Amino acid sequence: MVNPNAGWKEIPWGGKIVEAGNAREYETGSWRAQQPVVDQETCINCLECWVFCPDVSIDVKDGEMVGFHLRFCKGCGICASICPVEAITMVAEAEAEGS
Amino acid sequence: MATALKLKELYKKEDRLTPGHRLCAGCAAPIIVRQILTAIDEPVVLANATGCLEVSTTIYPYTAWDVPWIHTAFETAASTISGVETMYRSLVKQGKIEDRGIKFVAFGGDGGTYDIGIQALSGMMERGHKALYVCYNNEAYMNTGIQRSGATPLGAWTTTSPVGRVIPGKPRPRKDLTAIAAAHDIPYAAQAAPHKWRDLMKKVRKAVAANGASFMNVLSSCNRGWRHETDQTIEVTRLAVETCYWPLYEVEDGEWKLTYRPKEKLPIEEFLKPQGRFRHLFSEENKHIIGQLQTGVDRKWRKLLERCGEEE
Repeated sequence: MVNPNAGWKEIPWGGKIVEAGNAREYETGSWRAQQPVVDQETCINCLECWVFCPDVSIDVKDGEMVGFHLRFCKGCGICASICPVEAITMVAEAEAEGS
Repeated sequence: MATALKLKELYKKEDRLTPGHRLCAGCAAPIIVRQILTAIDEPVVLANATGCLEVSTTIYPYTAWDVPWIHTAFETAASTISGVETMYRSLVKQGKIEDRGIKFVAFGGDGGTYDIGIQALSGMMERGHKALYVCYNNEAYMNTGIQRSGATPLGAWTTTSPVGRVIPGKPRPRKDLTAIAAAHDIPYAAQAAPHKWRDLMKKVRKAVAANGASFMNVLSSCNRGWRHETDQTIEVTRLAVETCYWPLYEVEDGEWKLTYRPKEKLPIEEFLKPQGRFRHLFSEENKHIIGQLQTGVDRKWRKLLERCGEEE
């Protein structure tokens, strides 16, 4: 990745960013004040949370919702509000860390 | 074979917009962009007008785009994508590159589309470039701090239509850009909202398959500017559709068609209530504006039903 402090002679022409998708290196999880928690017993794996997550933070493996990418989740709570079976709840970040 | 529009299939696709972008928590724009790019199976090249989406996805030296993407000025997303599409066609014709079936998509906010970029958009549609222009419409200039735009509805609070003794929010109604686009006689124009993701994805597929320019206007809630809780993003767009404030329809080769009709048309208050930008409308002296909004919605809805050949 380009060093953000690099001088104009060292950076690519036109201020281009040459590594596609390198925002994956940038964590937005620290923005969070509350954290989603899923009850796997209740979850029906409809994946509605996956299609409505603004931060690509729903972890799906083999067609099943298995948790959240907390490196990126900003804690907006959309997943909890749209879950048709109320399997997701939002808990305060401090509480979640303590548990 | 196109990927089936089932979440169990769609989740397997590579993310073309990556996490680590810096759009606000609960922003609808990345939800819409993800739905659009997931719906398209072919390779894509994107142009993005200045705006929230552009600024927050490409803070130097990072980019959240895992596909070719060009940042262009506020007014030129449509001209940029026109140029790219023309160059591609020309190079293919000259035999210099192979035709890989690339789809060209431009993104602009309502500021960059309704106001600043409308000339370039009109040109792109009139010339008939084979590209899809998507307006993610959050109904004001949110990126610069919530200034009113041509998409801001009557009575809405913004920092340049402030609520006070002089005016009760924006004094003029929004313009109907989807109808303006349809008036260009392009092969495909549609209105969509992210809560109806399958409807939105179907429209995207029709739009990119169209033989010519296509346009989609997608309602995109902004919790900072609309003043609602960050988790109400999807619910508020649902209410916009259920009140017929934001009807879901498409215009295919001049044929108008409703793609969703609410079972029971809710009163406009249901859409206004959860949003702080309309809070002042519920006071005694401003209540008549709710009446005006309702009259406007009813009139447009009746007109739309008529155009779509539906009974009232």
